[in-house]
Amino acid sequence: MELSPNGSFNLRRLHRKRVGLALAGLLFLATIFGIVVLVTLLVDVVVTAVPWLDGQFIASLPSRNPGEAGIQSALIGSLWLMGLTALISVPLGVASALYLEEYARDGWFLRLIQVNIANLAGVPSVVYGILGLALFVRFAALSNSLLAGALTLSLLILPIIIISTQEALRSIPSGIRESAYALGATRWQVIYSHVLPMAAPGIMTGVILALSRAIGETAPLILVGALTFVPFVPQGALDQFTALPIQIFNWTARPQDEFRGLAAAAIVVLMILLFTMNLTAILLRNYFETRRAGA
Amino acid sequence: MSAPSSPATTDDVTRPSRPADDLRQQVYNSPKERAIKYLLGACALVSVLTTLGIAAVLIVESIPFFQSVSFAEFFGETRWTPQFTEKYFGIWALLSGTLLVTVISAVVALPVGLASAIFISEYASAWVRKVLKPGLELLAGVPTVVYGYFALTFVTPLLQTLIPGLGVYNALSGGIVVGIMIIPMVASLSEDALRAVPDSLGGAAYALGATKYEAVVRVKVPAAFGGIMASFILAVSRAIGETMIVTLAAGATPKMTLDPRESIQAMTAFIVQVSKGDTPQGTIEYQSIFAVGLVLFLITLAMNVLANRITRRYQEQY
Repeated sequence: MELSPNGSFNLRRLHRKRVGLALAGLLFLATIFGIVVLVTLLVDVVVTAVPWLDGQFIASLPSRNPGEAGIQSALIGSLWLMGLTALISVPLGVASALYLEEYARDGWFLRLIQVNIANLAGVPSVVYGILGLALFVRFAALSNSLLAGALTLSLLILPIIIISTQEALRSIPSGIRESAYALGATRWQVIYSHVLPMAAPGIMTGVILALSRAIGETAPLILVGALTFVPFVPQGALDQFTALPIQIFNWTARPQDEFRGLAAAAIVVLMILLFTMNLTAILLRNYFETRRAGA
Repeated sequence: MSAPSSPATTDDVTRPSRPADDLRQQVYNSPKERAIKYLLGACALVSVLTTLGIAAVLIVESIPFFQSVSFAEFFGETRWTPQFTEKYFGIWALLSGTLLVTVISAVVALPVGLASAIFISEYASAWVRKVLKPGLELLAGVPTVVYGYFALTFVTPLLQTLIPGLGVYNALSGGIVVGIMIIPMVASLSEDALRAVPDSLGGAAYALGATKYEAVVRVKVPAAFGGIMASFILAVSRAIGETMIVTLAAGATPKMTLDPRESIQAMTAFIVQVSKGDTPQGTIEYQSIFAVGLVLFLITLAMNVLANRITRRYQEQY
């Protein structure tokens, strides 16, 4: 590298390398920033929550008295919501994706639906809440029931399920379909006996991630009228309800420190639920990826 | 510098191949097969109906509001006081709150998110990437109400020690936390854009004697400009629609201000405030949430359409 007789090239090269190193350091710090915030958030929540987290907290109904308050009705409400939302959104979403990937022909209609789904994924959740309020709570007269909440959340996560299912379907080699067709299978037989079972792990991963989005949603549930104080456990899909995020919101919004502690404890329960779901999705993906690679 | 590549690979999404035409005839002729096709097609229509439903509800339910409040007042007035006896409905009071929070969040998230994307795609080793990416995904999976709790009980007290006299509710705390929330979105979409840049561009820069930082900053980032812009727009649109953080941390006092230390009210926070209270149906205050929702929907829709356009145009380049 003795190109420059007066050595200025080497000097500049040193400078350029230093600039590069400084930039790399800055980029690293920025990347770490997000992780540091996440850890801070978790530590802060857990430290605040520890004095409140016990069996009594999980098993008690909400109360005006912080010492006796618990999240039983909120936890059961959230589980109800998740079950109902899955029942509604999974068949709809998978069927939509099957149509778009396996049946629909290229053309303006398909493109319209695809653009529409992409845009729906960007609609603010509070707007879905307004839709649910007008359509399910009032027009369909479901009132502020679990079913109205689940229908609203289903519409909210439908684009996520459709998009992830489409990706799972696209990853199935077309040779699988062709060999089934070659043996005389009809279109539906090909889908039902080959494409769906092979795409199932990918679809499940997308579904779990979508449901974990639904279980953390607050704004749409406030709009459809989830109650902040529910001293009973819902018995059916048409009962009034509360959910974990609503309970967290309610407790956080109160000025007393005791309720902040309760909010933190409820956050810990919600986050454990979410992490379990996310972990399941990741493990599922890894398990089937390695199995398929080995096959 | 542009590298020629075959247009076929990037055109549309490659679709699974179809069976031969004569076979397709037989397959389609069975009534069961046809019924299944139409059933699945009907399910696919639900997403279109959802969009139409949102538009219809927002427009139809806004009509009674705009019968009592003129467009001139809605867009010309700067006060928003539905709870007072003397009611004013000027959207700017809420819109400026949303914009203030959004600008603060963009200042936080765009540089940090882009830097994360560059680091993960260009600098990190495979091992580091395996740790960082799930970390950012977890950050993206935190529910917004938890971020709201964090803003109110951690970030605000922290800011109060730095800025004397800062109130409990302020736009700054909400904006910073909304920014943190959208970092993963900027990072992951920008990273996709950077990865889509052909390796040959970076290779050409190295061949001309560029250092790594020169190749990344002067060649790769500009080449991914379209995708990066799209990620910015989508993230900002997400910030505009964010609800729980601003409801909990940014306050409930609609006002036109550029001071981040002030308590404000965002559009989304107003919608939540009205619907969680016992505001009777049919009152103008209740009707106003549909008008505010309509403005919110139109803004975010416009930004999403723009971002999707940019993404598609930019994909065609390579």
